Amino acid sequence: MIRLRDVVHRYGERTVLDGISLDLPERRIGVVGANGSGKSTLARTLNGLVLPTSGTVEVDGLDTRREGAAVRRRVGFVFSDPDAQIVMPTVAEDVAFSLRRSKLPRADVARRVGEVLERFSLADHADAPAHLLSGGQKQLLALAAVLVLDPAVLVMDEPTTLLDLRNARAITDLVADLPQQVVLVTHHLDLLDDADRVLVVHEGRIAADAPPAQAVAAYRALMA
Amino acid sequence: MIGLYRPGTSPVHRAPAWAKLAALAVGTTLLVALATPAAVAVGAAVAAAAAAAARLPARTAAAQLWPLRWFVVALVPFQVWSGGWRAAVVVVGTLVVAVLAAAVVTLTTRASDLLDVLTAALAPLRRVGVDPDRVALLLALTVRAVPVLAAASASVGEARRARGLERSPRALLVPLVVRSVRHAHLLGEALTARGVDD
Repeated sequence: MIRLRDVVHRYGERTVLDGISLDLPERRIGVVGANGSGKSTLARTLNGLVLPTSGTVEVDGLDTRREGAAVRRRVGFVFSDPDAQIVMPTVAEDVAFSLRRSKLPRADVARRVGEVLERFSLADHADAPAHLLSGGQKQLLALAAVLVLDPAVLVMDEPTTLLDLRNARAITDLVADLPQQVVLVTHHLDLLDDADRVLVVHEGRIAADAPPAQAVAAYRALMA
Repeated sequence: MIGLYRPGTSPVHRAPAWAKLAALAVGTTLLVALATPAAVAVGAAVAAAAAAAARLPARTAAAQLWPLRWFVVALVPFQVWSGGWRAAVVVVGTLVVAVLAAAVVTLTTRASDLLDVLTAALAPLRRVGVDPDRVALLLALTVRAVPVLAAASASVGEARRARGLERSPRALLVPLVVRSVRHAHLLGEALTARGVDD
């Protein structure tokens, strides 16, 4: 379970997260908020990309400050811009890059890469240059490169922002079937329909914490 | 390496990456050391034979040499003027043969296999504090940055034209630098998230 206690984060003089405490046991959690509300910073605290100025973040009892590496092995992170996540020149190589430090035999790496590419309909592009994929395929690749490590939790920070509606829906349909706990930060409110719980972040605080319909209504009221 | 790899099952594809890199290093060193038209002719024949054995289409091989055209156009008259025809054949021929041979290696070898060879070759330097994995990662990121920066440059160029600022270098350089720094920041975050530093 993800647990935040009195989390405060400041960039210089600016307070971005202002005393957030949460227990997040649900499987599907949505996060919405205006630009600059702190939702992306909140997401980044969940795998130790951002360490809180004060307070603690724990994932299954592991503290992101003291056990960051172990937390990152449990929590995969997908960003909005897949171009910033792809490291290797070809599709299969980029997925395999995630397993580079796993010390798995080469055959096992190839098998796992093949399986995940098949699952994400990228098997036909295994040897294709990653930079020539479409935007939707690049985001699928970024997701595949995270899921090949089989994390317990998947945090996605606006993964559909750069995608058209069809690709956005393809990504969210794939994510819906994952066994992982998923925290989805998004501006696409219709993607929150299947969430168990939605957090509305406003000026660094949780302004609403409710099922999708009520949370989205609260968010709309805030933005009115 | 920028997505040049063409999958295949030819003997050249199946040859170990270290063997191809070693042959490339020895061959180009010999070309430079011998510096004769005969050596260039032999080198060209070997590189062409390797390309044929790898079943690379002539168009693909030629595409690797095409970017050299301006160097060749500039170098030939200079070499003829400064050292005669023999020097021109040796210098320009060595350059073309070396690029063709390197292209055969990169077209038939996955970047990850090349990086594995580099990592193994640099392993002894661990004793003096060099991290071979980090050097290999640096090289991979450099290669990966080329299409990213090319795309950013094209996009910034379009924005510059849309604003009627075609002649302003500042309208190109400032956004390009800002985008590059932003990309580097995001890439750093993504690498951290993928556990590269752990």
